[in-house]
Amino acid sequence: MEWDWNFVREIMPTLIQGVKITILATVLGSVLAAIVGLAIALARRSPNRAVSRSVGWFAEFIRGTPLLVQLYFIFYVLPDFGILLPPLVAGVIGLGLHYGTYTAEVYRAGIDNVPRGQWEAAKACNLSGYNSWTYIILPQAIPPMIPALANYLIAMFKETPLLSAITVLELMNQAKSVANTYYRYIEPMTLVGAFFLVISLCSVVLLRWLEHRYGRIER
Amino acid sequence: MTQWSGYLGLILQGALVTIELTLMGSVLALIMAFLAGIGRVSRFFVIRALATTYIEFFRGTSIFVQLFWAYFVLPFAGLSLTPLQAGVLALGLNVGAYAAEVVRGAILSIGREQYEACTALNLGRWQGMRHVILPQALLVMLPTFGNNAIELLKATSVVSLISLADLTFQAQVVRSQTGSTLMPFVSVLVIYFGLALIISWGIRSLERRMARGLDGVRV
Repeated sequence: MEWDWNFVREIMPTLIQGVKITILATVLGSVLAAIVGLAIALARRSPNRAVSRSVGWFAEFIRGTPLLVQLYFIFYVLPDFGILLPPLVAGVIGLGLHYGTYTAEVYRAGIDNVPRGQWEAAKACNLSGYNSWTYIILPQAIPPMIPALANYLIAMFKETPLLSAITVLELMNQAKSVANTYYRYIEPMTLVGAFFLVISLCSVVLLRWLEHRYGRIER
Repeated sequence: MTQWSGYLGLILQGALVTIELTLMGSVLALIMAFLAGIGRVSRFFVIRALATTYIEFFRGTSIFVQLFWAYFVLPFAGLSLTPLQAGVLALGLNVGAYAAEVVRGAILSIGREQYEACTALNLGRWQGMRHVILPQALLVMLPTFGNNAIELLKATSVVSLISLADLTFQAQVVRSQTGSTLMPFVSVLVIYFGLALIISWGIRSLERRMARGLDGVRV
């Protein structure tokens, strides 16, 4: 079968619909991952042993199991308990939770990298726990983490095709439906691949800039 | 509940397929990692360019897209693959690209003096690599290889979408046959996590074994 540019022009609008959903899922997912990651990182530092241990195990479990099965779990099992989620919401929760356990490690490293003296200074200034976190520790810990966080954002972007398995109409799903309708796989699949390649090559440039701007925390 | 044992058998069959895929994918990934990783530090521009293209291409597009491409588009180019072959190919090439960067990083992390010592002993480039650099670099690579192997294990769940009967696929089969959702997905999640624990335990003991006799030598 030959590459057909007319067919490409014909399916482009459908694929662009999919691209919008893909980007939406990535943005919402990364916001959720940033919040979940911080929550996990803070909970793991909790002085309460029960809290830090159980959150640690939970995060370890999520990181050791495939995102696809977690998506199925959210999409198929939760309705049995009366939680019925639309596909996109289920997908965003899955992405956010899965990558939240990864960003939690970034936050942990970033927080550990704040020098001890800063903690002692916060105590010497008589700041409460909450105030020392929000005014002293996090403002210093977060900028060096930004490149590593962006790295996971790109990784998450590349996992969004999995959402097609729970019927989210993102890029991959649109491509599959187009391919099944016309029984032409070359153009849709190659276009999806090209799209991901272009976006991630562009994001590599962005990442280099972020690393230059905010410095690196790890080699 | 009485039929559950039969369904458990189905899931265990799926686990065997997953293990098989993980092992074969890891072998291919390991080969590609060393080829491309050593290729990236080659002194010939062509080899460096080839290795870089391979790495950027496979890291830039998502595993899901690569798998679909291998399964649906390659047949049009006259190369028909069974789902298992397509799965091993896509997983091995994808994870191999990530691991190649690990190989390169580990080789570059070996100090200058080791290379100078190779020259002083009149070892050729290849001899020095084989007898001096790689044995030390291997120990640096090992922990990250463990993480890559776990990523590969998690990525195998995607092959269920090209109708290969792995763990995730069998969970879906059980779900559609029994209508029960909690049991299949929970048991599959637990099996995946168990496999991930086995991999990380195996890598740790391998690391201890290989580090034997190197105490005090490494910085």
